[in-house]
Amino acid sequence: MSLRRPSIRRALTAALTACLIGVTGCSSQGGGGRTAINYWLWDANQLPSYAKCIAKFEEQNPQITVRINQLGWNDYWTKLTASVVADSAPDVFTDHVGRYPELLKLGVLQPLDELPATSGIKDTDYEPGLAKLWTGPDGHRYGVPKDYDTVAIMYDKTKLADAGITDAQLADATWNPTDGGSFEKILARLTIDRNGRRGDQKGFDKSHIKQYALGTDAKVDYAGQTNWSPFALSTGWYYTNRPTWGTRFNYDQAQFQNSLAWYVGLSQKGYMPKYGQFGQSVTTDQQLASGQVALSLNGSWMLRTYANLKTVKLGIAPVPSGPIGHPVSLYNGLGDSISKSSKHKEEAAKLVAFLGSDTCQNIVGTDAVVFPARPSGTARAIQTYRKAGLDVTPFTDRVKTGQTALYPLVYHGSEISSLMQPTLDSVWIGTTPVSAMTGLNTKVNAILAGK
Amino acid sequence: MGIYYSFTDYNVLTPPRWAGLANYTAMFADDRFWNSLGVTIEYVVINIGAQTILAVLIAALMHRLTRSTWVRSLVLTPYLVSNVVTALVFLWMLDTQLGIVNHVITAMGGGAVGFWTTEGAVIPTVALVNVWRNMGYTALLIFAGLQGIPETLYEAGRTDGASETKMFFRITLPLLRPILALVLIMTIIGSFQVFDTVAVATAGGPADASNVLQMYIYQKAFGEFDFGYASALSVALMIILVIITAIQYKVTRAGETDLD
Repeated sequence: MSLRRPSIRRALTAALTACLIGVTGCSSQGGGGRTAINYWLWDANQLPSYAKCIAKFEEQNPQITVRINQLGWNDYWTKLTASVVADSAPDVFTDHVGRYPELLKLGVLQPLDELPATSGIKDTDYEPGLAKLWTGPDGHRYGVPKDYDTVAIMYDKTKLADAGITDAQLADATWNPTDGGSFEKILARLTIDRNGRRGDQKGFDKSHIKQYALGTDAKVDYAGQTNWSPFALSTGWYYTNRPTWGTRFNYDQAQFQNSLAWYVGLSQKGYMPKYGQFGQSVTTDQQLASGQVALSLNGSWMLRTYANLKTVKLGIAPVPSGPIGHPVSLYNGLGDSISKSSKHKEEAAKLVAFLGSDTCQNIVGTDAVVFPARPSGTARAIQTYRKAGLDVTPFTDRVKTGQTALYPLVYHGSEISSLMQPTLDSVWIGTTPVSAMTGLNTKVNAILAGK
Repeated sequence: MGIYYSFTDYNVLTPPRWAGLANYTAMFADDRFWNSLGVTIEYVVINIGAQTILAVLIAALMHRLTRSTWVRSLVLTPYLVSNVVTALVFLWMLDTQLGIVNHVITAMGGGAVGFWTTEGAVIPTVALVNVWRNMGYTALLIFAGLQGIPETLYEAGRTDGASETKMFFRITLPLLRPILALVLIMTIIGSFQVFDTVAVATAGGPADASNVLQMYIYQKAFGEFDFGYASALSVALMIILVIITAIQYKVTRAGETDLD
């Protein structure tokens, strides 16, 4: 999955830091007549900022103690579902759009508009569209937005210059599913085989590549967040028949299938690594860092990691503009949810409201680990990066100009993901034609209609 | 309890709803179930085949060549490493980019092999990793069986001028049959239940090529909260194991010995 998954190593260090930071993490007792509530999150990069927020929260609410628990992406959901089953779910936890509909269906999420501390929250407090992701089909609010993410291309300026391509050429690149537009020409130019020939030169050997143009994720999944989605979405295609809580998927449409075919075709042309070539162990940021790729399509939550790369002179470009005339980025955000089984809902709601407030969001924004859900927090994040000499507006401009599409918000996300993964794998490997997505779409729609 | 759940629609959090045979009809129509069954059988054949041959060889060598406790302990060491640790270590060793095995292969002029990421290679890889871990233990069980073969038979063999190989096929193997049958029944049951290596190393990928039955059951139950369907899959696995064990027991005459 191309969501937010820190590497194993990062997850381990983070688990350690969670204990060492010791704000309140890893302690088992609230003590002193204070109410202790549990808070879970998965992103190790965000832990220090939220630890600061929570320290501030405890200062303002001396009667409440918060225990922070950080787990890596995969373990997080395994442990969360297990704890839900075992009736020991955390009071408050970071939630993902791909996952919460299932929890909602199981009846384990607390409607936040029913609690005093969170009932006053308005959709307009946040960046446009974000709050919609956290509104259930019943109209209740199930999460308070805490950040947002978009995707962009992060690249090595040196490699671009070596290929004789300017930053402006990459930023203004256009794309279409037929011939790949000027973007594909750039990709060809940025690919180098073992004899030093570039992808657009005569005698280019596509089966022995020294430098790929575009890095890859380990898998392309049903949302394609950091791989195929910017291309398909820039044709005007969208996942489902409705912006949220769709009842039918559109994987049978030609716009999608042609875009996916073009994307996986890059591996056959030699411009992008093949399936499994980097596997799980070398992520796309590491592919860029090791000099094996020139461009890396990734989400804003990885920005800090890229900015810290020592081997790369980092540049950021928007995803290419597509047939509809402008670039489109997938737009998603995390939220904080409260368990229905929590025994301290009022305190939990206070925490959730605080985490979504300007006070906390400005702290997170200044640390610039993610783009906070509130406009003022995001402004601070942009400022922090500008000071460091990095222009991150290719990420934030998508939201400003409305060139976004919401992360698919549907029931049965895990089931759909698990059903589609084998076919998506084999489409990328090249053993199944992309037209197989039509039959799969029927099955996916049956799942949506079924239960 | 599991058998009851297999006839229900059950997500753990709300009480089960009776669904009759719905889970079973869905299972028979489910391509992914049949695929996972095929994958599991492929795994069992490779795993058990390689493991049994190697274990018998190791046991025979231990029996005929050395009586050293050190060697016996050494043979058992891989078994002391937990499955998850084994999987993690091999995951890194066999990694396409960073793995030491592929470094050696490329240094010798070959192309890097995607042990975990190629459809054709992934099940043999998982199977052989588990052979490495389990063969010492299996060998020890067989070794115990070998010690039950009277030394006098070998002496008689030597007097008649039989070679070591000949004695292995004429004396050791036939007399080992009951033990071997028991070991096979145990290891095959264990082999059908392969899960941890797959869960750690591949999660069923690529393209379901390593989606063994237990992995699929886990995904249905804990990934999708479809505990009813997962229970039906588990019942299917149980029935398969019962049938296989019964056949084995009959065919190998595990309850009798030839020594009498």
